[in-house]
Amino acid sequence: MSSAPLQLQNICKNYGALRVTDDVSLNIEAGELHAIIGPNGAGKTTLIHQISGHAQSDSGRIIFDGQDVSRLPMAERARMGLVRSFQITSILPRFSALENVAIAVQARSGSSFSFFGNASKEPALNDTAMALLSRFGLAARASVPAGQMSHGEKRQLEIAIALAAKPKLLLLDEPLAGTSHDESQRLINTLQELRKELPIVLIEHDMDAVFALADRVSVLVYGRIIASGSPQSIRDNAEVRAAYLGEEAA
Amino acid sequence: MNNLLDLDAPASPALATPPRANRAYLLPLIVFVIFALVPLSALWGSQSFILALVTRIMILALAAMSLDLLIGYGAMISFGHAAYVGLGAYSVAILASHGITDGFIQLAVALGVSLIFALFTGAISLRTKGVYFIMITLAFGQMLFFLGTSLAAYGGDDGLTLASRSMFFGSKFLKNDVAMYYVAFGVLLGAYLLLRAIVASRFGRVLRGIRENPVRMEAIGFAPYRYQLTAYVIAGMIAGVSGFLLANQTEFVSPAYTAWQRSGDLIFVLVLGGLGSLHGAIIGAAVFSLLADILSHYTENWALIFGPILILVVLYARGGITGLFGSKS
Amino acid sequence: MTLTLALVQILNGLQFGLILFLIAAGLTLVFGVMDFINLAHGVQYMVGAYLVAAFTTMTGSFVAGLALALPAALLFGLLLEVLIFRHLYDRDHLDQVLATFGVIIFLNQAVKYVWGAAPLNVAIPDALSGAIEITDGMLYPVWRLVIIAAGLAVGLALYLVVNKTKLGMLVRAGASNAAMVSALGVNIRLLFTIVFGVGAMLAGFAGAMVAPILSVEPGMGDNVLILAFVVIVIGGIGSIRGAFIAALLIGLVDTLGRFFAPTLLKLLLDPSAASQTGRAIAPMLIYILMAAVLFFRPSGLFPSKQ
Repeated sequence: MSSAPLQLQNICKNYGALRVTDDVSLNIEAGELHAIIGPNGAGKTTLIHQISGHAQSDSGRIIFDGQDVSRLPMAERARMGLVRSFQITSILPRFSALENVAIAVQARSGSSFSFFGNASKEPALNDTAMALLSRFGLAARASVPAGQMSHGEKRQLEIAIALAAKPKLLLLDEPLAGTSHDESQRLINTLQELRKELPIVLIEHDMDAVFALADRVSVLVYGRIIASGSPQSIRDNAEVRAAYLGEEAA
Repeated sequence: MNNLLDLDAPASPALATPPRANRAYLLPLIVFVIFALVPLSALWGSQSFILALVTRIMILALAAMSLDLLIGYGAMISFGHAAYVGLGAYSVAILASHGITDGFIQLAVALGVSLIFALFTGAISLRTKGVYFIMITLAFGQMLFFLGTSLAAYGGDDGLTLASRSMFFGSKFLKNDVAMYYVAFGVLLGAYLLLRAIVASRFGRVLRGIRENPVRMEAIGFAPYRYQLTAYVIAGMIAGVSGFLLANQTEFVSPAYTAWQRSGDLIFVLVLGGLGSLHGAIIGAAVFSLLADILSHYTENWALIFGPILILVVLYARGGITGLFGSKS
Repeated sequence: MTLTLALVQILNGLQFGLILFLIAAGLTLVFGVMDFINLAHGVQYMVGAYLVAAFTTMTGSFVAGLALALPAALLFGLLLEVLIFRHLYDRDHLDQVLATFGVIIFLNQAVKYVWGAAPLNVAIPDALSGAIEITDGMLYPVWRLVIIAAGLAVGLALYLVVNKTKLGMLVRAGASNAAMVSALGVNIRLLFTIVFGVGAMLAGFAGAMVAPILSVEPGMGDNVLILAFVVIVIGGIGSIRGAFIAALLIGLVDTLGRFFAPTLLKLLLDPSAASQTGRAIAPMLIYILMAAVLFFRPSGLFPSKQ
C-alpha cells in the first residue's frame, strides 16, 4: 500500500465512442511537483477534471489522502484539500479580487449557512485573503472587480483563490496559458515557492517551465501515459521524442 | 450557456462591492418614506382607492422582491413564483372558510405550505439547468393553478370570497384599510431588511458567487444545490406571506392568482425595476401598477401598449429603472 | 360498455397528444437549434385558429380557409422573427422569456381588439362532420380521426425530413452543437429562419385543426403552451422523437386520467369524495409525471445535447 497522497489507479474516461483517458495509473508523492505533458487532445485536461471530480471517471479508482474519492463530487473533494485551477480562467467576475479570495477562505472556515452579518466585513476572512493577495503582488488591486483585471493578474488571482481553499494538493491546468513573458516569469517564481509547501500536479505546454520546475514528468499521449520519470530521463526517452517532442520540433 | 444571466449586462454595480452606504441606501430610504406617508393623503380628502392601490403595490413588491433573491442574486429563473402567492392566499381563505380566522395560525399555515411546496418542487427543479429549470418551475406553478380550479369545495374556477379579514389577538383591526396598509408596509420593510441582510451574509455571498460562476464555486468546495434550494425555500415563503396579505387586502382568492401569466408579471416587475437590488422590485411594482392603472383609464386595450413596453425594456433598457439611476453617477 | 368508453378516451387522448406534438415539434426545434425560449409559440397556435376562422368565413369553405391560413401563419411567424425574435437569439434566457411574454400580452389583446372577446365558431367541412361507427355501437366523430391522421402524417413527414435530408441533418447537428454547424460554413441565420417558420406554421396548423372542435378565443394558446413545454421537457429538448413520444404520453395520461381517476378512486373512497379528489388530482397527473421523469432524467427521455 503506497502512502502517496494522490493515487490514480487505472482510471478511464470515454466521451461517446472516444476514449479520452485510457487506463491511467500514477502516484503523486508527497512534496513533488509532477508535470503532465502531452500533445493537444491527449486528455490532460480531462485527467484534471477526473481527479478534481469535475468529470466522473468511467472506471478506475482515485485515492486521495488515504480515502477513495472516486465517486465524490468536486465540491467534496475540494473540501478534503484536493483543489484545482482551470485552463480557461475561472473567477467571479463581478466580485472584487479580495472577495474572490475571501469567499474561498470562507469555504474552509465555519459554516456558510449563516444568514446574518456582513460577510464582506468579516476581518478573519479579509485578513487571510489580503495576506494571500499581497503574496501574489495583488494587494493594490484588492478592490478591483476581478473581471476587469489583466490576464496575468487573473492567473495569479486564480492561484491565490486555490490556496485560500486550504489545499493539501494542488492541480494546476496550464497556469501559464496566454500570459506574456514577464507574467509567466512571475508565475514560475510563484510556483517555485509553492512547490516547497505542497505537492502539485502541473499541466503545462511551456517546456522550459516544465523542465525547470518538475521533479517528475509524465507524458500523456492519446489518453495513455507512455513515460514517467525525471525531467532528464523524459528528455532522453526516444519514444517520447518520437511521439511528442519531435512533433514540437517539426 | 448555463450562466443564465448576461454578466456584461449593465446591472447594479452594488452587487459585488457595495458603494458608499449613503448612496446605496438613499433610494430605498426615499421609497419607504414615501410609502410611510401615503395614508396622509387621506387628510386632503378620502382617497381610499389610493390606499388600496398602494397596498396592492406593496404586496406585489413583496412577491417580486422575494423573486429577486432567486433571479437577481441566484440566477435561478423561476417562472412559477405566483404559485406561492396563491398558496399563501388560499391558506387564508380555506382556513377562514372553516372558521379559523386567527391571523397567526393562517400565517403559520401559509409559511408552512409554501415551505413544503418549495422544498419539494425546488428539490426536483434544481436538478435541472437553464431552460429546463424555467419550464419546470412554470409547470409546477401550472399544476397548482389546475389544482385550484378543480377545488370545487373552495370555489373552483370562480374563487372564494373571504367572510372577513384575519384577526390578530382576537381583534379585527385589519378591517381598517389604513391598518391593512401599515401591516403591508411593515411586512415589506421587514422583508426588505431581512433580504438585505441575507444577500450580504455568508450565505448570500455564496449564492451570488454561484450566480457568477457555479463551477468556480464547486472548485473551492461549495455544492451549489444546497444553497440554491435554501434560497428557493426562503423566496417561496416570503412570496407566501405576500399571498397572505393579498387575500386579506382583496378579501378574495382565485386560481387566477397562480396563473403563469402572474409569474410572468412578477418577472416583468423585477426587470422593469432592475434586477439584483431588492428596492428595484419595489420601484418596478409601483411603475407596473401605476402604468396599468393609468393606461386602463384611457383604453381597455392597455395591453396593446403594455406588451410593447415590455419588449422595448428588454431590448433597450435592460438595467431597468434602477439601472437608469445608476448610470447617472 | 366501459371498454367502448375506454376506446373513445384513448382515441381522444391520441388526438390531443398529436395536437400537442404539432405544437411541441416547432418549439423543441427552436429550443434545440437556437437555444431560444419562445413563450410566444402558443400565440402562433391561437393565430392559426383565428386565421382559419377568418378565412373560412371569407371563402365559405374550411378547406380554402385552411389553404390560406397556413401560408398566412407562416408569414406571420416570419414577421415576428424578423421584427423581434431575431434580436433575442444572442440574449440570455431571461430576456427571451420576457420579450416573448410581451408578445403574448400584445397579441392576446390584439386578437380581442380585432375579433372581439367572444369565442368564434368554425364549421367542420360537411363531408367530415359526421361520426362513424368504429366498433359495435361506438360512434366517433370523423373530424377527430382526421386530426389523428393529419398529426400522424406530419409526424412521419417530419421524421423523414429530419432524418433523411440534408436540411434535417443540419437541424440535428444544430440541436446538438450549433457552433459546429456555423463552423461548417452553413448560413445559420437562414437555417434559424427556416426552422422558425416551419415551427410557427405547424403550431398554426394545430390551431386551425382544432378550431372546429374548440372555441376560438383570446388566450387559447396560453395553456397549450405550458403543455407543450411539459412535452418537450419530458421528451428532451431538441428531439423530435422525444417530442412525439412525450406528446402522446401526455395526451393519453391527461385524457385518461381525467376520465378514470374518479372511477379508480371510488375503490378507495366514498363516491362523492372520490369524484372530487379525482377531479382535483387528474389535471395534476401530467405535472407529477414530468416531475418523476426529470427526477430520474434531468435532461428528459431523449436528450439531444451531449
